[in-house]
Amino acid sequence: MTTASTTKTKPGRTSRKGGAAPPAAPRRGRRTEFTTRRGLLIAAFMAPAAVFVAVFTYYPVLAGGQMAFRNWKLTDLTDTSWVGLKNLRDVFADPAWGTVLGNTALWVGGSIVPQLVIGFALALWLRRHFRFRGLYQALIFFPWAISGFLIGILFRWMFNSEFGVVNDLLQKTGLIDEPIAWLSDPDTAMTAVLIANVWYGVTFFAIMILAALQSIPDELYEAAALDGAGKARTLFQITIPYIRTTLALTVLLRIIWIFNFPDLIFGMTGGGPNDETHIVTTWMIKITQQGDYGKASALGLIVVAGLLLFATFYLLATREKREVKS
Amino acid sequence: MIGKETPAGRAVKVAFLGVWLLFTVFPLYWITVTSLKAPGDIFAFPIAYWPEHFSLQNYSELFGTADFGTYLTNSLVVATVAGVVATVISMLSAYVLARFEFRTKTALLMAALVTQMIPSFIALGPLYLLMTDLRLVDNRLGLALVYIAVCIPFCTVMLRGFFENIPDALEEAAMIDGLSRFGALFRVLLPVMRPGIVAAFIFNFVNCWNELFLSVTLMNSDANKTVPTALNGFISSFNIDWGSMSAAAVLTILPTMVLFAFASRHIVQGLTSGAVKG
Repeated sequence: MTTASTTKTKPGRTSRKGGAAPPAAPRRGRRTEFTTRRGLLIAAFMAPAAVFVAVFTYYPVLAGGQMAFRNWKLTDLTDTSWVGLKNLRDVFADPAWGTVLGNTALWVGGSIVPQLVIGFALALWLRRHFRFRGLYQALIFFPWAISGFLIGILFRWMFNSEFGVVNDLLQKTGLIDEPIAWLSDPDTAMTAVLIANVWYGVTFFAIMILAALQSIPDELYEAAALDGAGKARTLFQITIPYIRTTLALTVLLRIIWIFNFPDLIFGMTGGGPNDETHIVTTWMIKITQQGDYGKASALGLIVVAGLLLFATFYLLATREKREVKS
Repeated sequence: MIGKETPAGRAVKVAFLGVWLLFTVFPLYWITVTSLKAPGDIFAFPIAYWPEHFSLQNYSELFGTADFGTYLTNSLVVATVAGVVATVISMLSAYVLARFEFRTKTALLMAALVTQMIPSFIALGPLYLLMTDLRLVDNRLGLALVYIAVCIPFCTVMLRGFFENIPDALEEAAMIDGLSRFGALFRVLLPVMRPGIVAAFIFNFVNCWNELFLSVTLMNSDANKTVPTALNGFISSFNIDWGSMSAAAVLTILPTMVLFAFASRHIVQGLTSGAVKG
């Protein structure tokens, strides 16, 4: 796949600059010549997508971004003057900010590590063919069809302190003596939302890693077996290095996505008890509901800036590793 | 992995796969069982793992008092329209991004990536004002338009992966045989792409079907609510009616699960061909 895409792009670039297409890819060269017809086709095919995303995504986001520097409160819409960095200061000065930041770190880290480890294990074991593998894959795929909000509701019912099945099962197996008030105790509430998110997210890792594993040539394993490498060595010296790029990208995508995923917590605890399970994005919902759009937008800007910075550094760091290796 | 499997290793593997399957399926089993219990039995002790009295009362209440049929229809209409239009539009942009080199290409791909980092809440207020100006608040078409915009970036990247997996030689041959670029695209390329297109549509449909926050913001009247908005309405009241809630959950989950079951293989391929390349 990779080789196909590189041969596709390289001749295109040279032919546009040099004018003449390299003999290896004459057809690609023709296509990348600059002609009005070609430009028109690109513009016409890109236009619908660009217009939709510009009007319904980028315009509202930019309009929302400028609210971050204005006094924008539903309680007093007559005064929407510019207030500079006041909203940002309000966010950092809020007593909940520390808790929210800590929870967000816990939410992202506590979700991604078990998702990655369990997803990796599933992928390794699903690689070998066994009876009912297709059915098994289809069944463990199901959580993905459900909205995060509904998953929150599902687990909220199971973690119910009086009628919840979790307490019942734990008491039947003798692991606990008395029912736990899972969602009203801050410590257990965070554990409960993390369990729900792991339930949801493992599948994605399993799929991505399984696909990457299938690209590893069998000869590599045969060579390793001849050298007498054990299972652990094979895993760390062949499997993981070979799929490093996929792993790094999957982890990056998921970190961004889990960070920006208020739905599950919103459905399960609503950020409670006492703000103890709020992450940045659910807290943003709460501030919006309180009517302070300026402060909520300031928080939104912090999120976008933080994620962009993180993505840039992450990509640079993983790229460096890849180059050092090769 | 490839070497011989020891009996102990096999036992660990089977146990792990079994436990994970149970963990995955149990919540779905549990919500279904709850929805089929007679309302009084839901809060009975000891907890019954199989309904003592089977009852469809939770479901009949949902359609009698809550008008759940309307919400299901609204969701179906909005998700289908948005899913189809977003897939068609993304197909065009994905084709261009996969087959041509041009100056703004990297910028366009970056713009698609950045949409994934923006928390939707920053846009809700301005979006509401924009839709008010366009007279599209509390309007199913309006919601569909917004969903189309939400689906396009990811769908484009996913379909681009599919296009790149199809050799150029295919269109080349069609064009040598006398078809125009458009002829080659529509009569040769798209039929080959069908699994990818179906997967992209289902992915879009499920995302729109499940979307909550935009729908809560834009749909106010009871006649226009979508399913997630209605579910959210069920919880904001102080006590949750768990019987109706679980019945509603089953009805919400079922259609998307059936779709995913049919298309899971294609979706897996679609997700991976888009991202593995990096």
